[in-house]
Amino acid sequence: MVPLSWYLMLGAGLFIIGMFAFLVRRNVIMMLISLELMLNAVNIVLIAASHYMQDIRGQILAFFVMAGAAAGVAIGLALLIAAFRNKESANMDEFDLLKG
Amino acid sequence: MLPELFFGYFACAILGLALLTVTRKNLVHSVLWMLLLFLHIACLYLFLNAEFLAVIQIIVYAGAILVLFLFLVMLLNLREEHEARRFVKAWQGRLAVCLVLLTAAVVSVYKVEVEPFGGYTIAFISEVGHAKVLGTVLFNRYVLPFLMTALVLFVPMVAAIVLAMKERKR
Amino acid sequence: MELLVTIGKTVLFVAVVLGVTLLHVAYATYFERKVIGRMQNRIGPVEVGFRGLLQPFADMLKLLFKEDIIPNNADRPLFFLAPVIVVASVITSLSVIPFFRNGSIANLNVGVLLIFAMASLAVYGIIIAGWSSNSKYSFFGAIRSAAQVISYEIAMCISLAGVFLMAGSLNLNDIVLAQRDQPLGMFVFAQIVGFVVFVIAAFAETNRTPFDLPEAEAELVAGYLTEYSGFRYSLFFLAEYISMYVMSALIALCYLGGWTLPGFLTRALPFLEFVPGVVWFMLKVYAFMFFYFWVRATVPRYRFDQLMAIGWKILIPVSVLNIVVTAFIKRWFM
Repeated sequence: MVPLSWYLMLGAGLFIIGMFAFLVRRNVIMMLISLELMLNAVNIVLIAASHYMQDIRGQILAFFVMAGAAAGVAIGLALLIAAFRNKESANMDEFDLLKG
Repeated sequence: MLPELFFGYFACAILGLALLTVTRKNLVHSVLWMLLLFLHIACLYLFLNAEFLAVIQIIVYAGAILVLFLFLVMLLNLREEHEARRFVKAWQGRLAVCLVLLTAAVVSVYKVEVEPFGGYTIAFISEVGHAKVLGTVLFNRYVLPFLMTALVLFVPMVAAIVLAMKERKR
Repeated sequence: MELLVTIGKTVLFVAVVLGVTLLHVAYATYFERKVIGRMQNRIGPVEVGFRGLLQPFADMLKLLFKEDIIPNNADRPLFFLAPVIVVASVITSLSVIPFFRNGSIANLNVGVLLIFAMASLAVYGIIIAGWSSNSKYSFFGAIRSAAQVISYEIAMCISLAGVFLMAGSLNLNDIVLAQRDQPLGMFVFAQIVGFVVFVIAAFAETNRTPFDLPEAEAELVAGYLTEYSGFRYSLFFLAEYISMYVMSALIALCYLGGWTLPGFLTRALPFLEFVPGVVWFMLKVYAFMFFYFWVRATVPRYRFDQLMAIGWKILIPVSVLNIVVTAFIKRWFM
């Protein structure tokens, strides 16, 4: 029997990797990818907890997290396209003017 | 013994693939490593008896979200950016902060144990079917949040269209 | 010991399904060429073997012995990986199809969704094939193909949701059994709107005429296949035919009653009960394969903007409407 804490540690590890990438990578697409990693870490923890507590609510929350992730990516990528038209770059540091 | 081995493999694979994903220079490679990562996470969900969520994980993440990423990487033609610096200058400090947070998280959870208190045992779920159990709860007790997800998905759709239309008017 | 026997049985079943499917794929090409030949007033292949029956094997040998060309600036690992992804994902979806009662390799509760998931994974093979070839034609073919498959997948899933509502299950076995009380033992009459949408989407999903834009010879050479040759090319070919079989099987199972026969037929001719169900299943599958070839010989290709307009402006709204109407009818009249 795998204890629940293993899953929690796995989730923590994945979350930290995503967070580290979010902090150090400057490419907008890469930052969105690391955001997805963090959301997946949360989902693993939610589903594992739901399994061990024999309570379905964790999985339902994971379901909503997936919907939110999809919406977030759609808006993020649309913004990136709009920004790319002006700057011809996907580097976060290039977007430093309020006036496009 | 077997469950531990399974979990060990998937945990190592997930962490390794995540590291590969975030350190690649070529974004296409990065997205493909992430695809493999999502398949492993789906297998982990199967391991937790959440078969419906495992399939949804593949359909939504691999089938929709990652394809969007791949599209964008290709359409924006970011191949030229390979030469650019991968990380910010002061990445060591941020790594230290992350490691401290990781230690804190691991220390705080490694002894966590929970008492099962819900009625959704493995036997019950496998008898009724995971999709059915999830659907019953979702559409009865959580129908309002479910309807709100529709709004959550609708707003970015409108926003994406507006952002794309802006150029055409000029 | 018991575990070993179970594993052995499963492996044997997998081997049989794979072998039979590959044989069927070989003869699907022969069938296609014969059918289209007749429709265009030709006779099709006749030279190799009796009435050209060995033609598929001759083609296969030719493809295997061709030179394997890899473009200079290709991304080599991904170039090798792309056909493997396509074939693997398509073959995986064979595992949940019940060929007769409880006759699937894995009787999953979410069987249909697994097929959709695998179809969405096949998109990666296409995109990677186009990108890693490092050629403009391949790239445009891949982008087109991916856009097409993604858009039509939505319509396909939503149109099939009507069937899920009627059957109350995602398990393919249960879906077939739920059709027993329907007129003629099929969902196709109750779900006629969903059926039409699904058939159109299935054509687009498998990149067949009239939606074979990615391979539009006149504009894009061979789309994402341009740089592929020999064995790798034949893998893509194989995947296309297997996915046609999977789509036909899905239609036979979800709309045409799978391995069962209409009730009045078995009552009138009781001896039909003794024919194994796999015969009826294959008959339905081949009827639909014939329809695939018939359409290919008849209908011209759509333009790309027309294709997207059909998908987004007609099929998706119609299938959403279909779900709503089905749900209302199921709630208040059944």
